[in-house]
Amino acid sequence: MLGNYYIPIYNFLNNIVDQEIVEVLMPNKMSNETIVEGSKFSPDFACIPFKYNMGNYLSELKKGANVLIQAGGGCRYGYYFEVQEQTLKDMGYDFTFISLLGENGLNIKELYHKFKLLNAKLSFSTFCYQGALAIAIIKIMDDFETYMRDKYNLQIDSKSFDTIHKKMLQDILQINTLAKLYQFKDEYIKKLKAVALRKITKDDIKIGIVGELFTSMEPFSSFYLEKELLNYNCIVKRYTTVTYLLLQKRFSRKKVMKKASEYIDYHFGADGAETIAHTLELIEEEYDGIIHIKPFGCSPEINAMPILQKISRQKNIPIMYLTFDEQTTATGVKTRIEAFYDMLKMKKEQEKESREEAYESY
Amino acid sequence: MNHIKGYIGIDIGSISTKGVIMDEENHMIASEYIWTEGDPIKATKNIIETFKKTLEEKEIKVDIYGIGTTGSARNLIGTILNANVIKNEITAHAIGTLNTFPDARTILEIGGQDSKLIIIRNGIVVDYAMNTLCSAGTGSFLSSQAKRLGVTIEEIGDIALTSRNPSKIAARCTVFAESDLVHKAQIGHSKEDLIAGICNSVVKNYLNNLAKGKVLEDKIVFQGGVSKNKGVVKAFEDILNKKVHVDKNSHLMGAIGIAIISKNVNKNGNKLEFDFNLQNVEFKTIGTECNGCSNTCEIVKVYKDNELIEKMGGRCEKGNQISNIV
Repeated sequence: MLGNYYIPIYNFLNNIVDQEIVEVLMPNKMSNETIVEGSKFSPDFACIPFKYNMGNYLSELKKGANVLIQAGGGCRYGYYFEVQEQTLKDMGYDFTFISLLGENGLNIKELYHKFKLLNAKLSFSTFCYQGALAIAIIKIMDDFETYMRDKYNLQIDSKSFDTIHKKMLQDILQINTLAKLYQFKDEYIKKLKAVALRKITKDDIKIGIVGELFTSMEPFSSFYLEKELLNYNCIVKRYTTVTYLLLQKRFSRKKVMKKASEYIDYHFGADGAETIAHTLELIEEEYDGIIHIKPFGCSPEINAMPILQKISRQKNIPIMYLTFDEQTTATGVKTRIEAFYDMLKMKKEQEKESREEAYESY
Repeated sequence: MNHIKGYIGIDIGSISTKGVIMDEENHMIASEYIWTEGDPIKATKNIIETFKKTLEEKEIKVDIYGIGTTGSARNLIGTILNANVIKNEITAHAIGTLNTFPDARTILEIGGQDSKLIIIRNGIVVDYAMNTLCSAGTGSFLSSQAKRLGVTIEEIGDIALTSRNPSKIAARCTVFAESDLVHKAQIGHSKEDLIAGICNSVVKNYLNNLAKGKVLEDKIVFQGGVSKNKGVVKAFEDILNKKVHVDKNSHLMGAIGIAIISKNVNKNGNKLEFDFNLQNVEFKTIGTECNGCSNTCEIVKVYKDNELIEKMGGRCEKGNQISNIV
């Protein structure tokens, strides 16, 4: 369960299993309960994704799930599933755990054998086809949401995007072939392009979000940071999506190093180097402010912070740092977001005044 | 007797509540500073009552054209006073300070439970930091340690200034600072050295937490409740090796700022409905949990004389539809 990504996974599972024998459970949405229950059975100093994971697993196990699936990751997150599996088994739950990433990263053959547990008749070709379909769905969802973040404040009727988005998430659940998906894609691209937009001006505030992947992609864990910014009529750009992690990241490692070469000489785990490179890219694209987010104790992102502070000083760009843990009040985060927005707005107004003065002097 | 235009600014912090009335030229007509004592509504009522008396004594008639609230209870009090602007304290502090020190470039602010650093260039905020995880570098740490040493918070500043050799006290974390303090006291450090040591540790904690990677340029202005503490002011000056300016109204800057913002927001110049007789109005808040989904948002319902005026805290529409029955 991560943002809306439960949809392609749910789809994928339903398409590869015999639905008469195996029931795929739709996960509960992230909520206070997830984090409260999850933290009870998590080490205090494990980062927040661990606690959300645990909360999710527990709620599904209570519903009767006996197979759990986890994605795995590039930092210590990669070790989490073993700890979680042991903890849950110690608690007396009986289940099989499938981690999408193996010891040596993503291995399709290995993964196929893991999923064969769910359906002995599953052929390799069906598995690959459905896998590709799931990835294609993820790509379409990500493209859709990226477009939405970029254009959200430009829509003339403030509800247009939300309505289409909601409908899209419902419709996409029905997709089970690539042909249907492409038809679906065309239909929604048309709908998206049909949304009436105003022109972008120099007064629009552009904010980039960089940082750790879980807090970037699961809105609940960041107190709906993006939504909050969109409601302030900001243009929001975020690099981290599942598409990026699955398809683009491995091919852009060299590019990332090149971009950030002025500041770093090597990758330092997870998305640390990417954070630096993306920050530099956002500055080149004349973004007004950058928000760096991470869970408490996230070492790759902590390593990136002093470098970001240096960039902020040298390039004269405000960067706000937000750290999330299991706190439950949003007020502190809201205060900081509002102040950050106010600051950027005041800056814009001053720029505007000086532009107008420059015109007048002609 | 002439009626003049007035703008009310209330800054309701965790420890203290600050209120001012400003006139159209941004001069202060009335001000008040009291402890919140965990009851922001009562504190606000008392402040408005004091305003009423001050205005009567000064024989000034004020028409209210703007009401602004800031600080951690800004939403609740904003609802009660029917404020025309409710804003975060960072923006409010910056605006308030720039009114007194137009050439300020760095604002240090230490309050009861949080601290902020605001960087200003050419009269606008360009960067800020606010402490996130811990309250070590704040007023509540100072007051709890003052209690431990048997002095009042008001005395700390003067005592600290008499120290010649401040004790070194860990600045990283309150827990370590406290055990350091106890240890130093037990091996015989004098009280003034210990107190000066605490002041230094607050400043070091502040600078370590907030000033990382930021350039603190003149003119430096220090405000918030803790700025009234001469010991901390001196510690800042010693450590930064720069002059630190403290205004006589340094504790009111947030309230001044939000009053000025309320003036700027009221562009049409309409007079607002406001009654200074707030003491007799009964406000009641009831906290409930919305059971619309598993988020269980904490909804606070605000009643004015038993009439529901606002529901706050819901993340979606469901929270607003929660039943109106008390």
